[in-house]
Amino acid sequence: MNSSFSLPEATTHAVTVDHIFYLLLVLSGATVVLVFGLILLFAVRYRRGSSAKRGPMPELLSHEFEIGWTLATLLTFAFLFWWVSSADLSSLAAPVGALEIHVVAKQWMWKTQHSNGAREINALHVPINQPVHLLMSSQDVIHSFFVPAFRVKKDVLPGRDTDIWFQATETGVFSLLCAEYCGTNHSMMRGKIIVMRQEDYAKWLVQQPEGDDLAHEGAKLFVAQGCSGCHAGSSNVHAPRLDGLYGRAVQLSDGRTVKADDAYLRDSILEPKRDVVAGYEPIMPSFKGILDDGEIQSLTAYIRSLAQEKQND
Amino acid sequence: MTDALLAGELPLPPRPDYLRHGSTIASWLTTTDHKRIAILYAVTITFFFFLGGAAITAVRLELFQPNGWFLTSDSYNKLFSFHGIVMVWFFLVPSIPNTLGNFLLPLMIGAPDVAFPRLNLFSWYLTLAAGALTVYALLAGGVDTGWTFYTPYSSMFSNTHVFAAAAGVFVVGFASIATGVNFIATTHMLRAPGMTWFRLPLFVWAIYATSLIMVLATPVLAISLLLVIAERWLGLPIFDPSRGGDPVLFQHLFWFYSHPAVYIMVLPAMGVVSEIIPCFARRRIFGYDFMVYAMLAISGIGFFVWGHHMFVSGQSALASLVFSFLSFIIAVPSAIKVFNWTASLYRGQISFESPMLYALGFVGLFTTGGLSGLFLASIPVDIHVTDTYFVVAHFHYIMVGGSVSAFFAGLHFWWPKATGKLYPESWAKFAAILMYSGFNMTFLPQFFAGYLGMPRRYHTYPAEFQIYNVMSSAGAAVLAVAYLLPLGYLTWSLFYGGRAGNNPWEATGLEWTTTSPPPPKNFDWQPRVDREPYDYHAEGLSAGTDRPEVQNVREIQ
Repeated sequence: MNSSFSLPEATTHAVTVDHIFYLLLVLSGATVVLVFGLILLFAVRYRRGSSAKRGPMPELLSHEFEIGWTLATLLTFAFLFWWVSSADLSSLAAPVGALEIHVVAKQWMWKTQHSNGAREINALHVPINQPVHLLMSSQDVIHSFFVPAFRVKKDVLPGRDTDIWFQATETGVFSLLCAEYCGTNHSMMRGKIIVMRQEDYAKWLVQQPEGDDLAHEGAKLFVAQGCSGCHAGSSNVHAPRLDGLYGRAVQLSDGRTVKADDAYLRDSILEPKRDVVAGYEPIMPSFKGILDDGEIQSLTAYIRSLAQEKQND
Repeated sequence: MTDALLAGELPLPPRPDYLRHGSTIASWLTTTDHKRIAILYAVTITFFFFLGGAAITAVRLELFQPNGWFLTSDSYNKLFSFHGIVMVWFFLVPSIPNTLGNFLLPLMIGAPDVAFPRLNLFSWYLTLAAGALTVYALLAGGVDTGWTFYTPYSSMFSNTHVFAAAAGVFVVGFASIATGVNFIATTHMLRAPGMTWFRLPLFVWAIYATSLIMVLATPVLAISLLLVIAERWLGLPIFDPSRGGDPVLFQHLFWFYSHPAVYIMVLPAMGVVSEIIPCFARRRIFGYDFMVYAMLAISGIGFFVWGHHMFVSGQSALASLVFSFLSFIIAVPSAIKVFNWTASLYRGQISFESPMLYALGFVGLFTTGGLSGLFLASIPVDIHVTDTYFVVAHFHYIMVGGSVSAFFAGLHFWWPKATGKLYPESWAKFAAILMYSGFNMTFLPQFFAGYLGMPRRYHTYPAEFQIYNVMSSAGAAVLAVAYLLPLGYLTWSLFYGGRAGNNPWEATGLEWTTTSPPPPKNFDWQPRVDREPYDYHAEGLSAGTDRPEVQNVREIQ
């Protein structure tokens, strides 16, 4: 059982969050002491009929005084914002080379899939001291991926990928909770994050039942679903080539330019008429209802792998 | 001979007060008297308060055990949803504006009624109709979306009575809008001679600022619920991502109303407290004009902070930063108000009757709740504690600790004026202290549970959080007693309470210059105002113990 009175700081990020938390706690504590102290002091000293001095108000309590404490509060809050937000900005994007793991949420379970294809349900094994980048999507309603010991949380949305990253600094088992109300068994949608030493993780990973890795699965789908009919280099249909596409800027027929990231690829598979690449006809059919979230993740992984191959060439 | 007679005016014939002006049920149900409508509202929201309270009693009992012991998950979800929907829209939003506001706004500005008396009655009937829809949703089997109706759960997945509940909230929104329009027109058009904008009591300013928010924000709530209904009922693709919709759009629309709605709930509370503290400290309010600007600033900036509910929703980092910054900024006017209330006690002649105890309780709980808001404005901390009990504790400190304490403060302060009766003061003091203690016992542990990671809306929870839930539930029992006490002794006072004089607290303010209870048209003579509010002592001096001069120069005899 976890402790009722303390929460481990199991990631690098957790330490940062707790620093901010404790500073705010000290500041709030000081304000509480000041305000409650003054109220108590005045309540006793100026109770009706007490002999404390009344008479003319001191000059000090004027408009300038009020402007002074308004500005002081404003500056304090502006400073707080700056300090807190700069800590947050530095933790926004996952570092390059982070271990990528896919998460699919559905009522009421977490499904995770490692880069080599190993799958888990309501559990996630990760190595210590290595950045882990989770790419998440939901099959039904909005869920939220919450690991209190890591101080991370992110909503998991249907129809869109969200991501989150962390670097664990402690081995052990930590709770994974769904934090966005998602229906009847919302409170049962819990899992475990198991942080292992890196060599243990590697050992664990190879012991998992053989699953095709995502990119391989995607490559099979690419053929099975007929994508290759148009997008393969040998095709005579006029469709954009996908080699080296991932991560590049794409010029669209309406003049906009978008980055070919996971969200763009997903949209292009599901809503191909929305962002048509400049110089091509909007002839691609939508794969909405044909591919599920897991399959789209596999296809995206395959297209991503094409870009990496090209770089390596 | 009085001055009025000397001035050549004829003595008035004896007239009954507004309560005795007609005694049939029909005379109440067709009344356009703002004071009677206030009473109708008071009865209605009391009913809903105890209905919402009953729902949460079951929830708190269930949470004694980490794995539940007498409710199914579905019932649990329906109970907390019903609690939220009823408490927000059928108690908190109408609580102070529609009871105290309705009763006091015309009295405080020296008017015979609100600008649109029939619209006022209509808005009460709308509230009743909306309440009936919502209670129907409960009786027919309940609704399990939470008070926030998040899509796509509410629009595509929930099998419960979302339609009836959303329709109820949709309709009650129009009651809010009607009330807001009415109060704005009243404040602009019906002020007595001499009652300039900067002679308005702060309660009037608070109700005015609240009305602006009601009129501008509530339509957006109506739109968002209508869209949920359209997707659910007509199958229009709006939030369904597989048909090109965006589920997060709903959150933007919902919080565009619901964050300002927090200020609909708390601004009137600030107004009440700003009347009570000067009266019992015998002091002019410190920084009257700053108090006014602070309230207007809150109602304005309040429209631009909704995104702080969505730091984990996948909105862009830039949006989060802007919303975080504005959330820190909106804390400034609230802090100013706390400082000013505190400074108003300096060199006072403070006495501690029950309204003052409730009002000081408000300042304490509002300060605690407001400070916990700083944690939620900070993005990294918010990401950790959002959707946990930390947030539950935070908004209960503001909306229950703050607004409900202030509602009871106002209820006790103006009870003698509204009913003409005195309540047993020692019981009232006891209830005030019990309420403050019970509240902290209930909600303080939730800050800890939330920080340690207990998510909200959890029927079952990890065992390490049990200690906090047991503390919370025990506190809730104390709080329940504290809420039931006033129901007892205030009802008792209606039948057995002593007669209240016109001005039992020796307060300034026009409402105290007429009889208790007031006559149907409020004043026997047209009031005239020749001074600023809170004239408890000469400017530049501190509190004395003399009875203050009244504002209404026509009443000086």
